[in-house]
Amino acid sequence: MTLHEIRELLEAEVVVGEEQLGMEVKTAFVADLMSDVLAHGKPGSLLITGLTNSQVLRTADVSDISAVIIGRGKKLSQETIRLAEMINIPILTTKYILFEIAGKLYSRGIKGCIEKVES
Amino acid sequence: MVNHKPSYEGCHTIVGGNFDNAGEVSGSIKATLKQMGLPGAVVRRAAMVAYESEINIVSFARKGMIRLHVVTDSILIQAIDEGPGIPDIELAMCPGYSTASAKVKEMGFGAGMGLCNIKSFSDIFEISSKVGRGTSSK
Repeated sequence: MTLHEIRELLEAEVVVGEEQLGMEVKTAFVADLMSDVLAHGKPGSLLITGLTNSQVLRTADVSDISAVIIGRGKKLSQETIRLAEMINIPILTTKYILFEIAGKLYSRGIKGCIEKVES
Repeated sequence: MVNHKPSYEGCHTIVGGNFDNAGEVSGSIKATLKQMGLPGAVVRRAAMVAYESEINIVSFARKGMIRLHVVTDSILIQAIDEGPGIPDIELAMCPGYSTASAKVKEMGFGAGMGLCNIKSFSDIFEISSKVGRGTSSK
């Protein structure tokens, strides 16, 4: 799916990255724990989270996450927005809860970046 | 013909408790490695090691530094801090064991995964600590 399609599906607001909506994503990872994003996230994936602080963007940056979707209608601080603009990672916000976001994306063909963790 | 291999040495200081800027040093380390033309997957792993190390220093230490040393086919990331130290390293390495503050947890860390992550992203991992003095890892 493109970010453009994801925006429509999730009735999302594009906070950063309007010019990158043509970006195609195939996989996603949901977490509020950034250490888990580092451990299990894969390059090019979407990060779906309810956190809004700058560490979300720092984590996305170091682990090559392609775009971030913030759920539960959370608002971002100016500082977080500035950081996203600086490191050039698109952020979409939506009022849907994370379960709904994941379900809607999954039903449209987006898969988890891994299915389960290795033992 | 001279075989020109990339090499680099740099050091970044980190102030403990400065949560707003946590990640800045790792971001710049990643940019440096990228600029050197190293493979994306290697850069990503090194950046993740630097980032978890940086989060640890910000979360627990008074101050610290991260040294980056790149020679031929290896990247050394050394994190040295002045802080409380770790009394039981074996326990600290257990996934899920954490002594982090609420503030650290608000940032999305402090769930006892940091050191395990650093170890799993690294090919070789060493850590030593003196209680009351600080911790050093590479």
